[in-house]
Amino acid sequence: MNTIIVSALLGVVMMFSGIFTANKTAIRNVAIVALLVLLGVNIAATYGCCNLNIDVKNMLEFSKFGMFFNSIAIFSTLMYLVLSGSDIVKVGDNAAEYFAIIFFVLCGVSVLSAYNSLLMLFLGVEIMTIPLYILTGSDKKNLKSNEASLKYFLMGSFSTGIMLMGIALMYGVNGNFGIAFDVPAAGSPLQNYGILLPLGLLFIFVSMAFKVSAAPFHFWTPDVYDGAPSVFTSFMATIVKAAGFIAFIKLFETHYFQLQASWKMILPLVIIATLFIGNITAVFQQSVKRMLAYSSIAQAGFMLFALYSNNSFSKEGILLYSAAYSLATIGVFAILIKMKDYTFEGYNGLAKTQPVLAAANTIFLLSLAGIPLTAGFFAKYYMLTSVLQSHNGFIMVIIAVLFAAVSVYYYFRVIQSMYFKQGDAETSAISSGFKYGLIFLAALIILLGIMPNVLLQYLYF
Amino acid sequence: MPISNYIIFCLALFTIGIVGVLVRRNAIIVFMCIELMLNAVNLLLVAFSKMHNGVAYLTDKSTIVGADAQVFVFFIMVVAAAEVSVGLAIIVMMYRNTKSIDINFLNRLKN
Repeated sequence: MNTIIVSALLGVVMMFSGIFTANKTAIRNVAIVALLVLLGVNIAATYGCCNLNIDVKNMLEFSKFGMFFNSIAIFSTLMYLVLSGSDIVKVGDNAAEYFAIIFFVLCGVSVLSAYNSLLMLFLGVEIMTIPLYILTGSDKKNLKSNEASLKYFLMGSFSTGIMLMGIALMYGVNGNFGIAFDVPAAGSPLQNYGILLPLGLLFIFVSMAFKVSAAPFHFWTPDVYDGAPSVFTSFMATIVKAAGFIAFIKLFETHYFQLQASWKMILPLVIIATLFIGNITAVFQQSVKRMLAYSSIAQAGFMLFALYSNNSFSKEGILLYSAAYSLATIGVFAILIKMKDYTFEGYNGLAKTQPVLAAANTIFLLSLAGIPLTAGFFAKYYMLTSVLQSHNGFIMVIIAVLFAAVSVYYYFRVIQSMYFKQGDAETSAISSGFKYGLIFLAALIILLGIMPNVLLQYLYF
Repeated sequence: MPISNYIIFCLALFTIGIVGVLVRRNAIIVFMCIELMLNAVNLLLVAFSKMHNGVAYLTDKSTIVGADAQVFVFFIMVVAAAEVSVGLAIIVMMYRNTKSIDINFLNRLKN
């Protein structure tokens, strides 16, 4: 509860900070301090300290899992602001508002990690996505940004409509908005309408698949991620996507076994389609930014495994995956933003001109590809092991490993450009603080890759 | 009136909204079709609310079963209003730059 309230209040504080100072660096520093406060509040709330005692009528449920995910999301945002904060203020004139919007998104994230009622799911998704429409279109004079935001907005509200229909149908059968449901009670006028329940669930599934960009509903993702200002793409592709997955898993973990027969057919198909489209299309991209958009679809395919296997191992795995994926992608994007040219050729010879950036970028890309000794390896390992534990999913695992091998190709193309091609990669001015930030992030990824327990132990203590 | 009439009517309204989103090329009309989808949901929620209330009323005259769906409808209206404010701003921003609100404009990012 504290996290939700404080993040919303800090958003308002950030909005007002724009009135008192026009100094953009000062605003950025206020945002970083505010995030540290939010992180502190969230960790204190995780351990039951100073919790506001508000009767939420069982609509929100604060579990260790959700609170821990909040900490990961807030920490990732902190790293994001430290690395890319100076680029956020360059997007437009309204620096304070951009930071305020980021806090409102975090408010939505913390609602989504705690919801226990379909009403809160709906509100959380909306609190999270409506600010993102604004961020996507924040580069007002740029046609690509306009187009991306209109497309994101239309697709987003369309999928919200579908979700609401699903919620309404489920309400019709259940008579309440709880996320656990049962077959129509005897005497209910809907006794003969048992079909409404799977139909409603299917609607919600489609809409959540839209939000996390799983395969048949992914088509908006490359355009929106490509058109949005790069700094905000970084935020959308990491923290927001991971929060979507947490909501997705929470919604379906209780229903999974009730609707197993129909479920078992849809989900593996969606996973394989997501992996296929994400990885194969990423191979053919010329722009690194667009490649990362497709790679985020591919990574979503891996995260969907947590939904498919649905056991305690996969819940640990999704936390590790969201931490590994968010940190690595934030790092890759932080470097991408500094590049003058977003194509693969733009990276040619980066290792000569900026050795620190190239080395850090290599570690981030290795982590995204899932090479051992980086966090991405254990993230993928947890996902695949959980599938083997829950189902005899050997075929799924083999397919996933094959697609992970495909993903190595396009990630290594960037490394090849940086180290083995001649050229002079142009970057904007790089401060030494930025370099230290990258080194810290890379060290964190290697630490998580050697000892994932460093992160996961906090789930139990 | 049996609940099935409401379900069929709302699903029809919802489908009209979906078809409109997929077929129409004018951003504002697409937007109106999305609102139509939301309103179909509102109507269905109110109908279900009344239905559950009617069942519970037979045993308990002072029941409030079903009130939660009507509250949900208010939430949907509020969120839809928030979406309208952002969405119209985006459409106006696009209109300023291109002097058009045609969705076909959205194909430039493809390559």
